[in-house]
Amino acid sequence: MKSFGSIRRNFAPWKDPAAKPYIEFRNVTKIFGDFTAVDNLSLNIYEREFFALLGASGCGKSTLLRMLAGFEEPTSGAILLDGQDLRGIPPYRRPVNMMFQSYALFPHMTVEANIAFGLKQDGMPKPDIEARVKEMLKLVRLEQFAKRKPHQLSGGQRQRVALARSVAKRPKVLLLDEPLGALDKKLREATQFELMDLQQDLGLTFVVVTHDQEEAMTMADRIAIMDKGQVMQVATPAEVYEAPSSRFVADFVGNVNMLEGEVASRDENRVVITGASGAQITVEHSGDVQPGTHVAFAIRPEKIKVSSKQPVGTGANAMQGEVWDLAYLGDMTVYHIKLDDGQVVKASSLNSARIHDDPLTWSDRAWISFTPDAGVVLTR
Amino acid sequence: MQGKLSRFNIVSLVFGFAFLYLPIVLLVIYSFNASRLVTVWGGFSTRWYVSLFSNQQLIDAAWVTFRIAVISATVATVLGTMAALALTRYTRFRGRFLFSGMVFAPLVMPEVITGLSLLLLFVAIGLDRGMFTVTLAHVTFSMCFVAVVVQSRLLSFDRSLEEAAMDLGATPTRTFFHVTLPVIMPAIVSGWMLAFTLSLDDLVIASFTSGPGATTLPMRIYSQVRLGVTPEINAVCTLLIAFVTVGVLTAAIVNKRRDLQRQRDEHAALRG
Repeated sequence: MKSFGSIRRNFAPWKDPAAKPYIEFRNVTKIFGDFTAVDNLSLNIYEREFFALLGASGCGKSTLLRMLAGFEEPTSGAILLDGQDLRGIPPYRRPVNMMFQSYALFPHMTVEANIAFGLKQDGMPKPDIEARVKEMLKLVRLEQFAKRKPHQLSGGQRQRVALARSVAKRPKVLLLDEPLGALDKKLREATQFELMDLQQDLGLTFVVVTHDQEEAMTMADRIAIMDKGQVMQVATPAEVYEAPSSRFVADFVGNVNMLEGEVASRDENRVVITGASGAQITVEHSGDVQPGTHVAFAIRPEKIKVSSKQPVGTGANAMQGEVWDLAYLGDMTVYHIKLDDGQVVKASSLNSARIHDDPLTWSDRAWISFTPDAGVVLTR
Repeated sequence: MQGKLSRFNIVSLVFGFAFLYLPIVLLVIYSFNASRLVTVWGGFSTRWYVSLFSNQQLIDAAWVTFRIAVISATVATVLGTMAALALTRYTRFRGRFLFSGMVFAPLVMPEVITGLSLLLLFVAIGLDRGMFTVTLAHVTFSMCFVAVVVQSRLLSFDRSLEEAAMDLGATPTRTFFHVTLPVIMPAIVSGWMLAFTLSLDDLVIASFTSGPGATTLPMRIYSQVRLGVTPEINAVCTLLIAFVTVGVLTAAIVNKRRDLQRQRDEHAALRG
């Protein structure tokens, strides 16, 4: 069986029809005044899943998270957690905890007291609280900072305190609102992996909101791409990247070339698409598209091969053009090839060899080619 | 040029400060005058301070003023904080605009009008005038100052702190007492101090709403001055000035120290 990309681990409850979703959004709508933040959205999240809500600001992803935490009530629809309808349950009685984007550490309390706060609210006996706080401090490697106040910590340390505080109560679900947004790039990358390890170790369900696709791709088991209060696609990172379901998703995640055209003919698993200039490409597609339908063929730059000579081989689509622009990035080179029909196509090639015999340069004639399964046909 | 004082700057500085402080300096100097005549220097003496402490009327007035100031500042702080919370938090209740306007109206209301209207009210409802009515009146006008101070702090308050507290299982009441209140406490303390000072030096409203046996210090001083300024009055005023100065300086030093400590802490945090 073919599959996309690498598989992180043997975990895919969403594929199992018998699996019961842990968090269910059922036709949830949230309207603020005359703005519809979340629009009739349905979504299932499974136990122990690392789930990411990805979208531009204003797409409704934070509202979704806040509804789960109980800070907002849906205008209509229902949210279920482990089969229980959450409507009317105030935030302080929900078995979920949230890590805030601003961290929201209590400035008048020490690190220790911040972490103990939630445990105290539950009336946990004092020795137990102390033990748990110690354990949490150890988990985030802040033992020697227990007596400090939040303003005496660096950004990364604050982030870890916020994390420790939100997992101290062992919530069923941890909500993370842009958890790495305030960190610099290096720290962010390191912390991504820490979060993944933590999720594995504690066996919690994580729902993370982010606008950073790299972050979502790295950490999540599945990603929901959101736009205008709706979910555009829910899939694993590899599926989202390699098999986007719409032009929006293809364009939102990573770089893409969108070749627009009309379906000329189709057989069982291939379609022929005629571009605006009349050039034809043959690609794999098993879905149902009638000849004459307007479609887009979405192909990632790294799936396009650039060469100075006409490529040989069967089944490859090839088009000629000239090098319009190129950028040498060290590990790879990005070409902008202006095809003879005027369309500019981005192609990137890995510089796996140090020395090229015949490097392409500006204004050179060049061929681009790709295999029939290198991209996807999009109707939406 | 920047950072250096030009001649013009120096002159304006000198004149400005002279304008502000010369009268006060004169008052302080003449409080140590040995002569009974206020405007004639008769040598250094502290006799007026001694006689001050045997002036039972003045001491009574000071005690009344102090009690009124403490009680009214405390009540005004509670009410003003509640008003500020209502105004910043429940932004969608009906009549909010009217309410916020009405809370702040006394800020610009002429004191004479506030005093007169309160007097009319107290007479109308048959409330005997005395310390109680003065305290009520002071609560009325200083509450809005507290509300302004606390409201400005609440506007910059990060609401996610409260959400975090509730998310961690704290009920709204516990959230208020364990998170909101400690965080806005500095503003509440400044509000209290402001209300306290306002009450301490109020003459107009106190004159309208006071009754027998409830003469405040400003009222006593004013009535004595009408019979002629005595060096004793200078001495009282000097003591008042000293009291206020010490208060202001202490607050400033405490603040400054806290700032410095904070800066050091932040530096330490950045170094790791």
